[in-house]
Amino acid sequence: MTDDHRGITTAHVTKAYAGVGRPAVDDVSLHIADGEFMTFLGPSGSGKTTMLSMIAGFTPLTAGSITLDGQEISRLKPHRRDLGVVFQQYALFPHMSVARNVAFGLTQRKRPKAEIDRRVTEVLELVGLSAMRDRLPRQLSGGQQQRVALARAVVYQPRALLMDEPLGALDKKLRDQLQREIARMHRELGMTFLFVTHDQQEALTLSDRIAVFNEGRIEQVGTPEDLYERPETLFVAQFVGESNALSLTPGEVTIVRPERLTLYTRAEPVPSGHQRVSAEVTDIVYVGDHSRIWLRYADGARGCAVLAAGAVHEHRPGDDVTVAWHPEHQAAVPAAERAAV
Amino acid sequence: MADKPSITRAALRQRTLGWGLRVWVAVVGFVLVAPTLVVIPMSFGAGSTFQFPPDDWSWRWYGEFFGSKQWLAALANSVQVGLLAAVLATVVGVAAAFGLDRARFRGRGVVRQLLMAPMILPGIVVAVAVYGVFLRWQLNGTMLGFVLAHAVLGVPFVLTSVQTSLAGYDPVVEKAAASLGAPKLTTLRKVVLPIIAPGVLSGFVFAFATSFDEVVVALFLQTPAIKTLPVKMYESIVLEIDPTIAAASSLIVVFTTILLFVPTFLRRRSHHD
Repeated sequence: MTDDHRGITTAHVTKAYAGVGRPAVDDVSLHIADGEFMTFLGPSGSGKTTMLSMIAGFTPLTAGSITLDGQEISRLKPHRRDLGVVFQQYALFPHMSVARNVAFGLTQRKRPKAEIDRRVTEVLELVGLSAMRDRLPRQLSGGQQQRVALARAVVYQPRALLMDEPLGALDKKLRDQLQREIARMHRELGMTFLFVTHDQQEALTLSDRIAVFNEGRIEQVGTPEDLYERPETLFVAQFVGESNALSLTPGEVTIVRPERLTLYTRAEPVPSGHQRVSAEVTDIVYVGDHSRIWLRYADGARGCAVLAAGAVHEHRPGDDVTVAWHPEHQAAVPAAERAAV
Repeated sequence: MADKPSITRAALRQRTLGWGLRVWVAVVGFVLVAPTLVVIPMSFGAGSTFQFPPDDWSWRWYGEFFGSKQWLAALANSVQVGLLAAVLATVVGVAAAFGLDRARFRGRGVVRQLLMAPMILPGIVVAVAVYGVFLRWQLNGTMLGFVLAHAVLGVPFVLTSVQTSLAGYDPVVEKAAASLGAPKLTTLRKVVLPIIAPGVLSGFVFAFATSFDEVVVALFLQTPAIKTLPVKMYESIVLEIDPTIAAASSLIVVFTTILLFVPTFLRRRSHHD
């Protein structure tokens, strides 16, 4: 078996519900490499969770196939797929202690008791909850419960770990902390991670690659840098990070990220070789290390520029300015009839 | 959001009853319970009439009760009917609770009301209806007849208590169990049932207790060959008043009281370990 067969491959996967116009997932073909951290990113209703649910086996496919390490799994029951799943609401077994929750997958696999004990101890150490092993889930905080859920889903070394908005129920601080822990677990375990989120910041921070979902289809698959610097569709440009969408050529939208823009007063010369458009400053927000300048372009489109501290003082709201950038920092996407976000 | 329930629980635990309310609770409790408790000292009387408090004490009427074939047969019938009816009501009630919880179908409300009806309809109406139908089906005076009729009366209790358990139950745990490698039946046995066990158990106990002290339907269904304890007690009051009935009543009071504390006790234990 070659390395190409390792990992998860979906081919023309479709999920349609009777009586609903558009399929929830529409002809999605994708390869997730072995050991990769892949994120499905998209707004709610974009099909990312349905896709994960079909890979996990909770939702039957309407059409298409899913293979795991070369084996067709789309007709297998969830308990035969050997995957780990983490849910947004933890889904711990409330009547079992932390240790018994974590041991559940190993018990199902009929591992010897000594091995179960050893592995449970190891994985609780990995998530920093050794002291909590005899507690019940309800005696733990939300962040601790989600760590138990993570431990429970990786302890039996599944072929991949699927996570459905695992940080969605936590507050900002805990979310950042768990993000780092998930990244660390991915490094230490070397397992394939599939992560679903609507939070683009989270996706950019964690992933090797991101698949951006919109209306049941994949808009673009790529590294965080690909998506940010070289978006292929207007939707990706607007959903991932902020962007200035300019209509310079018919049938095409030019995308420039805010930190790539430089502002000049009308009197100042613009360096040669730079692209330029005129705009009006509508608002300036000072954020300490940088300032955010809100702009209205000549065609009425809104946008913004992010300038390092100190580079702003000469502009005031209401000023007419020239907005310039180097052409290598622009991306062209096809003009779409639907506006995103 | 995740931490909210425990905060609420902590706040509830801190709220204690004021003294005025405590006294009121004690008075209401006394008024409700005292008349029932009077039969206990009466059952230990030595005389052959009802006396409170008795002049002399003895175990005489308990001897009478346990020495009588008729009383013992009635007791055995009641226990047997109660257990079988409670088992049947529990199976039906648990299945119905899951069905009503999971499935979204037209007429869900009607099905629920139908299952709850035995609790709301006057006992005598149920009794007459059951009598009429069972007469045709030749179930009068049979163990099966008693069990079926009492199971129907027990279903509402099981349904309500299991539905309460299911309200605080997150069905995602079943997906979690499946992803961890548990087939459906294992998930049911090791995850679902243990979580809703307190509700199932208290439903079972209430269904048993309902059957055990049910008298109206049992009066209609009884024949000389098969009668339950409450029927026998009713007859003994009407026909041959003697303090054996006080002994029988005391036994029932003590037994059902213990029984009804079982779910409370188990629930408390599962919340505090």
